[in-house]
Amino acid sequence: MKGEPAVLTGQHFLLGDHACAEGALAAGCRFFGGYPITPSTEVAELLARRLPEVGGLFVQMEDELASMAAIVGASVAGARAMTATSGPGFSLMMENLGLAVMMEVPCVVINVQRGGPSTGLPTLVGQADVMQARWGSHGDYAIVAYSPASPQECFDLTVKAFNTADRFRIPVLVMADEVVAHMMERVTIPPAEAIPRVERKRPAHGPEGNGFLPFKPDDDLIPPMVHAGEGYRVHFTGLTHDERGYPALTAPAHDRLVRRLVDKVRLRESEIVEYEEYCLEDARVVIIAYGSTARSARRAVGLAREQGIAAGLLRPITLWPFPEERVKKLAERVRAFVVPELNLGQISREVERFTSLPVLGVNHAGGAMMPPEPILEAIREVAG
Amino acid sequence: MSTLIAERHPSDSLFRADRLPHIWCPGCGIGPAMHAFAQAMVESGIPLARHVCVSGIGCTGRVPGYLNMDSYHTTHGRAIPFATAVALVKPELQVTVYSGDGDLFAIGGNHFIHAARRNVDLNVICINNFNYGMTGGQVGPTTPMGARATTAPFGNYEQPFNLPHLAAATGAVFVARWTSLHLRQLKQAMLRAMKKRGFTFIEVLAPCPVGFGRPNDIGDAMEEMTLYRERCVVDPGAPLESLGIDLREKDHPITLGNFVDIERPVFDPLAMMRPAPENNAVGKRQEGQ
Repeated sequence: MKGEPAVLTGQHFLLGDHACAEGALAAGCRFFGGYPITPSTEVAELLARRLPEVGGLFVQMEDELASMAAIVGASVAGARAMTATSGPGFSLMMENLGLAVMMEVPCVVINVQRGGPSTGLPTLVGQADVMQARWGSHGDYAIVAYSPASPQECFDLTVKAFNTADRFRIPVLVMADEVVAHMMERVTIPPAEAIPRVERKRPAHGPEGNGFLPFKPDDDLIPPMVHAGEGYRVHFTGLTHDERGYPALTAPAHDRLVRRLVDKVRLRESEIVEYEEYCLEDARVVIIAYGSTARSARRAVGLAREQGIAAGLLRPITLWPFPEERVKKLAERVRAFVVPELNLGQISREVERFTSLPVLGVNHAGGAMMPPEPILEAIREVAG
Repeated sequence: MSTLIAERHPSDSLFRADRLPHIWCPGCGIGPAMHAFAQAMVESGIPLARHVCVSGIGCTGRVPGYLNMDSYHTTHGRAIPFATAVALVKPELQVTVYSGDGDLFAIGGNHFIHAARRNVDLNVICINNFNYGMTGGQVGPTTPMGARATTAPFGNYEQPFNLPHLAAATGAVFVARWTSLHLRQLKQAMLRAMKKRGFTFIEVLAPCPVGFGRPNDIGDAMEEMTLYRERCVVDPGAPLESLGIDLREKDHPITLGNFVDIERPVFDPLAMMRPAPENNAVGKRQEGQ
């Protein structure tokens, strides 16, 4: 059977999970290491068929520890690499997510959120991994996490995740949720040449001669990346290391390294942060919602406006970095914030950090999509 | 005052001399085994730039960091899945996982058996010093019954792994056991492993005079080496199930040898995409001693 091309240009009716898989293929992902877990399994199932057709490697690993280790290994060998998981698997991946941060190895993790903790609600929606995405691996680090609210965004943000990962040499998360991942909608896939592509920064010189420092950053705090087998004879370690990549187990070396790992992302936050605004021009009450919950929030805005309340929606597309500057700016002219989410208050805490205005959470632990009505009720409450 | 007696050592270019001194204790068996590996790399005829070494955590996990080659010091137990992906993405590379018994068989045990089952094109070299050395002599999955460790103060009451038996049972195509005393045989086994396609496993018994020798009245490294000389017998045909190590029984031999050397299809995620005669084929590279 002749396979389909890597970039499935055209209009399709796609499942969110499948759109993530197509986004990965379009972005040039040629290695997937994963372990089946609901509700992310469809990502793996589609890639098991599609990757071999385009000469890529699909490997079903023995667990999520191995899956995450494998994509870091694939990436140091030069491949764009990804895994997809959910809840318990995401917890297991935290170990080698930290390795990717420390070794500065680009890779992409799709986490389709379900209800937790533990096995929780394997087949039902949740949004409670948001803080785990930010802080889940031990130690200090910066992370980028995208939050798709539609199958189209599953495609677009997966492509973007690969580019952000390669640009900054970091792991990047796509924090979908079960509703978005199992929803079917129209997805437009552009022609191959129109798929944005940011390449990894590579060394200016070949491996000849001595003195190449694989972890010496340029002015942007990002070191050029060399791959296994290129002759540079590099050492990568999860230990704190110096610019040679050699272990350097001292307080000054550690502070220097961790600060750089954080700053290379933090100082570029304004270039990374993305959000969508809806009816914010004259809004007095701002809903901040993401993923599937943002879809209900949009409806709640409409219902509020029918009742004469000037409500609007700020939808973070990057959960991390969080659009804090936009929240601060809005706080200068609005009355209150309403933060609906399928957890008992995670992003609402983040909003509270940037405003002294009332922040009203609309919370459910997960298991069903957030309906518009409780959001509308909260809007009415803070609108006074 | 120390006196420089030689400008350079013939193996200098194989090591990162700027990282010396190393972290290992006097009498440790890892150093000689590392040197055997470096020599095997040179004698393999495969350019050094095509060798890659991956490790997990622990004393042996530090080996790749001292070798002047592409080296990856990963997380505890995860060297094998990391290396699996390196070997798949760049099949032209000769990828060796070099790690300790605790790393490979306790926290990393699941990865070991699955990589062996798949017959991933990897060489796994395990320095077995019967304990967790770096953390200070705790009991591990290879600690012999009765041996004392800091977390087995009354003696180990768990049955240890018989590593060659485990590796063979789970699918390794080459399985050997040597010691850090039997360096020529060890190097030859490494060379054989580098020539073979598929999952190879070499266990290297090595003294850990500080973590294991002292609490078990073995004495210093020289005495453990003497123990190896007196009790080791080379018997490649020995039944795999008989290869367990019991240090308490003074007349219980420690059996060494290249126990398994077979062929079977090498892990290839694209196997089913290839034309029928090629898919599932044994590696194209010619085998031979």
